[in-house]
Amino acid sequence: MPVTHESVIPLLAVLAPLAAIPLILLSSRRPNLREFWTLAAAFTACGLILSLLPGVLAGRTVAYDILTISPGIALSLRVDPTGLFFAIICSSLWILTSFYSIGYVRGAGEKKQTRYFASFALCIGATLGIALSANLLSFVIFYEMLSLGTYPLVIHKETRESYRSGRMYLTYALSAGLLLIVATAWTWALAHNLDFRPGGFLGGVLADEGAARALFLLFIAGVGVKAGLMPLHSWLPAAMVAPTPVSALLHAVAVVKSGVFGVIRVAGFVFGPATMQAFGLDTILAAVAAVTIILASVIALRQDNLKKRLAFSTIGHLSYIVLGVALLSPEGFMGGLLHLANHATTKIALFFCAGAIYVNLHKTEISELDGIGKVMPWTMAAFTVGVLGLSGVPPINAFVSKFYLCKGAVSSGQLVFLAVFLASGLLNMAYFFPILHRAFFRPGGAGLHGHSEASPLMVVPIVIVAVLSLVLGLYPNALVHFFDLARGISQSVMAGAAAPLAGLAP
Amino acid sequence: MMTSHIPLLIPATFLLAALLIPLAALLWRRLSWLLAVAATGLCFFYAVKGLAHVTTAGRLHYHLAGWQPPFGIEFVLDPLSAFFSVFVTGVALLALIHAGRVVAHEVSGVDMGFYALAMLLLAGLSGMVVTGDLFNLYVFLEISALASYSLIARGDPRAPLSAFRYLTLGTTGAAFYLLGLAFVYMSVGSLNLADVSHLLPDVGDTRPVLLGLSLMVLGIGLKMALFPLHAWLADAYTHASSAATALIAPIGTKVAAYVLLRLMFFLVDPQYLRDQTPLPAIVGCLGAAGMLWGSIMAMCQKELKRMLAYSSVAQVGYIALGIGLASPLGFIGATLHALNHACMKACLFLVTGNFRVRLGHSTLPRLVDDLRRTMPWSAAAFTTAAISMVGLPPLAGFFSKWYLVLGSIQQSNWVFVAVLVASSLLNAVYFFRVLERLYLTPLAPPDDTDVAAAAATREAPASMLAPTLVLAGALLVLGIFNAWIVSTFINPMIPSRLGW
Amino acid sequence: MLEIIKGYYAYFFLVAVFCIGLFGMMVKRNLMKKVMGMSMVQSAVILFWIVSAFKDGATVTVLDPARAVEDADLYLNPLPHTLMLTAIVVAVVTLGVSFALLIVIYRRYRTLEEPLLLEKMQ
Repeated sequence: MPVTHESVIPLLAVLAPLAAIPLILLSSRRPNLREFWTLAAAFTACGLILSLLPGVLAGRTVAYDILTISPGIALSLRVDPTGLFFAIICSSLWILTSFYSIGYVRGAGEKKQTRYFASFALCIGATLGIALSANLLSFVIFYEMLSLGTYPLVIHKETRESYRSGRMYLTYALSAGLLLIVATAWTWALAHNLDFRPGGFLGGVLADEGAARALFLLFIAGVGVKAGLMPLHSWLPAAMVAPTPVSALLHAVAVVKSGVFGVIRVAGFVFGPATMQAFGLDTILAAVAAVTIILASVIALRQDNLKKRLAFSTIGHLSYIVLGVALLSPEGFMGGLLHLANHATTKIALFFCAGAIYVNLHKTEISELDGIGKVMPWTMAAFTVGVLGLSGVPPINAFVSKFYLCKGAVSSGQLVFLAVFLASGLLNMAYFFPILHRAFFRPGGAGLHGHSEASPLMVVPIVIVAVLSLVLGLYPNALVHFFDLARGISQSVMAGAAAPLAGLAP
Repeated sequence: MMTSHIPLLIPATFLLAALLIPLAALLWRRLSWLLAVAATGLCFFYAVKGLAHVTTAGRLHYHLAGWQPPFGIEFVLDPLSAFFSVFVTGVALLALIHAGRVVAHEVSGVDMGFYALAMLLLAGLSGMVVTGDLFNLYVFLEISALASYSLIARGDPRAPLSAFRYLTLGTTGAAFYLLGLAFVYMSVGSLNLADVSHLLPDVGDTRPVLLGLSLMVLGIGLKMALFPLHAWLADAYTHASSAATALIAPIGTKVAAYVLLRLMFFLVDPQYLRDQTPLPAIVGCLGAAGMLWGSIMAMCQKELKRMLAYSSVAQVGYIALGIGLASPLGFIGATLHALNHACMKACLFLVTGNFRVRLGHSTLPRLVDDLRRTMPWSAAAFTTAAISMVGLPPLAGFFSKWYLVLGSIQQSNWVFVAVLVASSLLNAVYFFRVLERLYLTPLAPPDDTDVAAAAATREAPASMLAPTLVLAGALLVLGIFNAWIVSTFINPMIPSRLGW
Repeated sequence: MLEIIKGYYAYFFLVAVFCIGLFGMMVKRNLMKKVMGMSMVQSAVILFWIVSAFKDGATVTVLDPARAVEDADLYLNPLPHTLMLTAIVVAVVTLGVSFALLIVIYRRYRTLEEPLLLEKMQ
């Protein structure tokens, strides 16, 4: 049995961004102080999360019950390897995004910056809450907070288009949240338990196949909206009207990954591989994910708007993770988890670049990007790293995860999904490489004269994430032991035993 | 010593204040407001004390004039009535503090009448809550109804007609209640609630009792604005002064819901009722229909008060749905939602009052995003209450819906689950429409030329802002501590026959 | 059939009064006629209680030396009567309030016909 310790550190980590909100609102007249609060909260949260890592690696689980919110159900946080894995990604990328945001909103002269930073902090707090939730109801509560906190960011530009996207986002997110609430209530009625457990807890109580499928579909519809599963994805490209750092952190990392994280929790920790297989739920999930991967890549080919193309690429890559989970093989699950981290660093690099191009040159369409490789060399170099990674070229980190995903498809004997992964890799190249071609090999127009790199506040984070992608590709276990964590998680889920990180023992 | 008198003291204090206020107003006009607030505060204190006594030491019975129960009138504070009297007096206290400026602004010149009638209304409502006698309940019902007709009649020019419509329908509702009570009395021979409930199992022919009960439910349904008996509510709330609406809307329908709870969970065996008669199912289905209809109508409104009035129809539907489930979880959901909705609706109506005092109107198309800057606290309170109405955690509104969803799933009533989900989404649609008005820059400048003149220049005065913010804060507290409220106050009131 | 009519004719009469009252409230366009309908509904309910207390051959609950005190069958149940005294008071007050409202409406719009009123309010 894993040892569970009581500690307030997870609570503090969730509260740090939330506590920054009033401070940000109060110092709206003093931008520098306001940004200081954002950065302070980002560093505090990240530090607290990282301080939990050694314990988790040693096999200890830290938990904290905040209070009882419904008879028998507590609002509680628990740091298990899976939650920590996601929390590390979010909190560390928040630091980079904070610097980048400051450069971006000041460079682009955005209005209502206080609202922007406050909502951003709310989103991060909610995402960390999602990552560290110990049970479904806590998960739902933070999930709804995240939906609400993202809305002001989506409509930030206050144009007709952004209002329409905002309403669309809200409709999707709130409907999904309600379905998730119903699913949670149903789970409680069935099992009288909502605590996540590796290998699932619904095994013994689900008898009826119809009910199992209905419950699973409710869950997947609830988390699938944020995970961009087709046909629930259309809010995501629409939400690209938001400022780029929002697209970068939220629509490539926090919000969509919360959805994917929800899929992982539901499949691995609520239903469990055995139950999924018994009722054929894995086939449903895998089919949806495979269709999404191919369709999203094809649609991405046809987008001229850079951010829209990145959005459809995101939809495709999110389904990589979902498909990895649905394969129900240890390698697939592990590959999915790794892709959660690797797609985050590479895709955030791409979005950061798109934002830098917009702020610097006011260009949003791919057809306008001719020759910018010479104007913004650092930015476009980072862009190249991201593109290579997502297309599955070694030694960028996304190659590692794609490798394990393919291995999972092979070991589970479902070669059709191997074909899906490979075809999608080719499609990735097909929609990404023309951008590189335009940027580096076509002559730039006259409009590029007199422009150089974007502000260092933006370029430095861009370079850092690109280097990070490279380092994690060469040494998958570097810095924060993502590789070990992912292996331990997938083993504990597949074994259905409550012995996380069994493979870690020296 | 005093504790044993609390059941009587609550309505009696209100009645006394109703008599004293006209005299006090002769001395100093503002004294009528002070007296009303003081009396309500005193009653709130009694109610809290009563609730504390009920939870720690058991229920309180007061026999009027010393006559023993089946013969004399009995006032009872049990967990249910103590709970309701606390939040009814509490919300009324905040609404009355808030009313001070609104009355001076909207119905100036009749403040004495307003406060005297408000006291009569509260005497009636609190009497309905504490009385243990079914006929006495009718009398208190009529006292509160007559006071509310008169309160609603003051407002804009259309108010008297809407008050008249409310009067005819309300009186019919009371007549139905009285007719139903006649059937129950003819079959059982007693009017004391506990006594009737005790004797009912021995009644051979249950048909007259069920007929009587149905008629009583019909009458109370009218008072509660249960769909499709809600026609009076929208006009009555829209045209009355903001002060009257803020006082009546949050608690009037809740007390009617309390009577429905009493009838369907305590007067008769709820399990017998659920298994042998269609009555709970009908109430639940009407509630579900009201949730959808009220929300759809609310979406079509341009006037903030009218929108909130239709939203009340929907929210009453939630309570009716919980009652219709006739299960412990349904009971918890209904009771908790009564409390939550009273606070949410009070908060929303108080903010509407703030807008009316500062802007002179509360028409949605004329609200401008300047309010975000000029009235930040009112806007924030509105946002909190609106999000709670939509049912997003961790605000109060989420948790009552959570229990209702749990209850519906427990009975595999998927229609109710679907309606709960749909109604929450519709809530989101009409509330976010208002929030967009408050916070976002409009795309096209409003075509009204008088908007600039009507724009607010400053936040509402402290006497109005304080109650608004207290209610907004209460929503967060009620949400976070809902488990404590349920286990401490609501669990003890679940009738033992329900088997919890 | 005749037996039922003979035994319960009072109830049939009251049902008729109740229904006519409801009909008047719902269908009549004149507000004063609505009030009359409302009053009929109330009266029907009050009389229903009184009739329910009726016993063949019994008298009011005033001690009569000529009758036995112990035999409850000789006296009417006084409770419905006293209760209805209260109900009558309530009904009268309701009438008073409704008249007050009608006077206000009439003073402002010079009519009590509902269609005309709604027209004038536009």
